[in-house]
Amino acid sequence: MNEIKICTAGDSSLLIEFGQEISPEINAQITALVRMIKAQHIEGVTDMIPAFASLLINYDPRVVSYAGLRARMEKLLKLEISGEASESRIFEIPVCYGGEYGPDLQNIADHAGLTTEEVIQIHSGKDYLIYMLGFLPGFSYLGGLDERIHTPRLANPRIRIPAGSVGIGGSQTGIYPLDSPGGWQLLGMTPVKTYDPGREVPILFEAGDYIRFVPVAEEEYLEIKKQVDEGTYQCVIHQKGV
Amino acid sequence: MGFRVLKGGMLTTVQDLGRTGYQSQGFSVSGVMDVRSFKIANLLLDNPENEAVLEFTLMGPSLEFTSETIIAITGGDFQPRVNKKPVKMYTALYMHKGDVLDFAGCRTGSRGYIAFSSYLDIPVVMGSRSTNIKCGIGGFKGRRLKDGDYIGFRIKRRYLPYFLSRSLDLDEFDYDEVTLRVVMGPQEDVFTNAGRETFLNSEYTVTSDFDRMGCRLEGPFIAYKTTADIISDGIAFGSVQVPSHGKPIVLLSDRQTTGGYAKIATVISVDIPKLAQCKTDNKVRFKAVTVEEAQQLLLDEVAGLNELRRQIYQPCREVLECRLVAKRLSKLFQ
Repeated sequence: MNEIKICTAGDSSLLIEFGQEISPEINAQITALVRMIKAQHIEGVTDMIPAFASLLINYDPRVVSYAGLRARMEKLLKLEISGEASESRIFEIPVCYGGEYGPDLQNIADHAGLTTEEVIQIHSGKDYLIYMLGFLPGFSYLGGLDERIHTPRLANPRIRIPAGSVGIGGSQTGIYPLDSPGGWQLLGMTPVKTYDPGREVPILFEAGDYIRFVPVAEEEYLEIKKQVDEGTYQCVIHQKGV
Repeated sequence: MGFRVLKGGMLTTVQDLGRTGYQSQGFSVSGVMDVRSFKIANLLLDNPENEAVLEFTLMGPSLEFTSETIIAITGGDFQPRVNKKPVKMYTALYMHKGDVLDFAGCRTGSRGYIAFSSYLDIPVVMGSRSTNIKCGIGGFKGRRLKDGDYIGFRIKRRYLPYFLSRSLDLDEFDYDEVTLRVVMGPQEDVFTNAGRETFLNSEYTVTSDFDRMGCRLEGPFIAYKTTADIISDGIAFGSVQVPSHGKPIVLLSDRQTTGGYAKIATVISVDIPKLAQCKTDNKVRFKAVTVEEAQQLLLDEVAGLNELRRQIYQPCREVLECRLVAKRLSKLFQ
């Protein structure tokens, strides 16, 4: 068992460090703890920021003191935090690969010494764990990109990458939640809005969930896009292990 | 019913205490920089603690009221005027239709606040009215106010009990140097003993790189053991991060949710407003306190604000005399 350390981050936040490495097991412990804290409605907790190997908890010291919350967390951490993320969901994200949707697909294939079809097959062939969200609203740090398609960032970043772009940056892959500058190599685009401030749930997924990229042809992409714009599209979600 | 923005000022935004509960999804909290001035502005008007206000920076806006309301101005002294006549800060001010509020210039501090008794008609986005400029959400169209904008009010509220008692002593921001108390950690062990000594015993200077996201300080190098990089983790309001250049950056309202630089300490809640009101070239020193002391200071601050609330919530002489007149008048009509 990794050593868990609780420390202060000022008078209104507490940091729980689960170790100094990035691994799915550690991340699953954090996800499980976040779910327990949410389920128990612990008084005074105002916000939580789960990250790769830590959890920052913001709290209101008018309601609970550092010592009080720390004791509460120590008690929770003593419970068996299982690495089984049984409540995790898998989100199917349709992606139209290549062409104008993924201008760097050929680059990625050339770099890997593979065909574009092989790159698509590898990229869409597994479920990616969302380790954390940060940087931009809904920007997911995904783990587990196949080494064969690791691709360096563009030497000259683009000024504007449209929302929905799916890219690879080094050993990471992800979806741009909103228009943003960036240096990732783009291999496709999804019509699904992973972030929509007007939606009841603005961000589709949470840390601990999984993303599965599903290749779609352009016609299907356009059809889904139409449904998304009309607000009728429902993202396909599986329960992990089902 | 509202006001027109004649001049937007340098950076005038709608803010409340911020958008909490969405940081796990990558949303910055936003919210006011100087929480104390914000709370005093609202309490002067009996507003709810978290009612949205206008926050302005270094150069105030100019507003023309299209209906009656009551306002209170707090924070740095920007020398407010109504129809070009100086008016008091930290005081409930009755604004008539057509009145123009502007500011002669920033004398002390760097941020000011205007609260409104009629509440700003700004939609709540994900639990808050705060402007998040980076994402373009919240506040007025997700952006700073510009010349010609119009903001309405949600309610008609032009009466407040004990109106003439609603005046408080000004908080003084006329300083060139300030001591910020900090709680050490979470990553103080990344730094050498000498590095921690440097941090706590040196004078740092506020640079011009100071915005709502954070404040970069210039001063002695804070030594770390091997690297100042850590596995990215969550950032708190007031986190003092030290990247490999060894100079502290204090992260404030528009901070990113997560970051990969070690955080040597966190500025305590009651001292963040002192930094928020600093200007370029002000001097900053850090002093360590325990988390228990910091939390007690916060509770004392809450008690202090409650005391201010009591102070303004009682009749003053003039009001009593008015009532006497009213009683005599009412007899005439009986």
